[in-house]
Amino acid sequence: MFSALHSNKSLQLVIGLGIGFFFGFLLQKGNVTEYDVIVGQLLFRDFTVVKIMVTAMVTGMVGVHILRELGLAQLHPKPGSLGMTLVGGLIFGVGFAVLGYCPGTIAAAVGQGKMDAAVGGLTGIIVGAGLYAHAFPYLSRTILPRGDFGAQTFPELLRVNPWVIIIPLSAALIGLLYWLERAGM
Amino acid sequence: MLSFLTMNEWSPYAVGIGIGLLSCLTFVLSDKPIGCSTAFARTSGMLEEIVRGRKVRDMAYYRQFVPEIDWEWMLVLGVFLGACTSALLSGEFRLEWVPSLWATTFGSEHLPRLVTAFCGGIIMGFGARWAGGCTSGHGISGTLQLAVSGWLAVAAFFASGGLTAYIKYALGG
Repeated sequence: MFSALHSNKSLQLVIGLGIGFFFGFLLQKGNVTEYDVIVGQLLFRDFTVVKIMVTAMVTGMVGVHILRELGLAQLHPKPGSLGMTLVGGLIFGVGFAVLGYCPGTIAAAVGQGKMDAAVGGLTGIIVGAGLYAHAFPYLSRTILPRGDFGAQTFPELLRVNPWVIIIPLSAALIGLLYWLERAGM
Repeated sequence: MLSFLTMNEWSPYAVGIGIGLLSCLTFVLSDKPIGCSTAFARTSGMLEEIVRGRKVRDMAYYRQFVPEIDWEWMLVLGVFLGACTSALLSGEFRLEWVPSLWATTFGSEHLPRLVTAFCGGIIMGFGARWAGGCTSGHGISGTLQLAVSGWLAVAAFFASGGLTAYIKYALGG
């Protein structure tokens, strides 16, 4: 339906910029451009990050699956394996806590004038990503293929209708948010 | 009427709903999930190409992620501009070298924070590309698609992030 729009490369660059603009605006208004808020979440002192992520998950999960039913959206789950997703994720977490920003929020933090993000963090991420590009041939022969599970979603893995997962999961996530508020966190 | 644009902060639930709806719009308009970390890999490749020339594009990784400006790169540029606009509207834009939580534990000198941020950035950039995504691509876009990779990644991010933060603050000072 939107294939002409999707294949218009220069228009897509403008759309990407526009989506990023709103994303950055929201991240700044959500306060997740603050080191204190992100590290505060990792220390279980401030639950802003969890509140934003969980609300976005529930909204997006319901919305995207409705769009999919209507034929307006297709899913693009990323492939993964234990060697790739789990090991890489554990490394990411260490950097996440040491830096105190993530690749999305750091761009927003720089926009807000955070110089530790601009001078230290941003250059570090670029260097780290470049080092990975050099390590990639070795890793792709050794660790990355271990425990491969492909580009699967849970409904595909469990062979159930997506809504069988979405409805109880959304209820549980909303329950978690309710509990966090009740507990004054 | 537009006073919400100049507010310092919105409810995290309003922000979360906004990000969720923006994700939906992205699937429709661009047929892509929101993500950020490949932009840094492409930037790194572009910088390496300035130093080492075209042969950088022959590297296995950069054949997969061609070092050029793409949709996601523009998205990250947009994030910078959007956050900057938001902070200017609310008057929160100011240059800050050392975050306050850092300063209370480790002091307010610039250099230790910059060196730590640089090292943290290296580890995170390496880990993000190893895992094939970050807090946006896996944490939000992956989980909302119910992708196995997304849920596993976000569990790993917060498990090792939590442990590292605990060691850094609870034990370190």
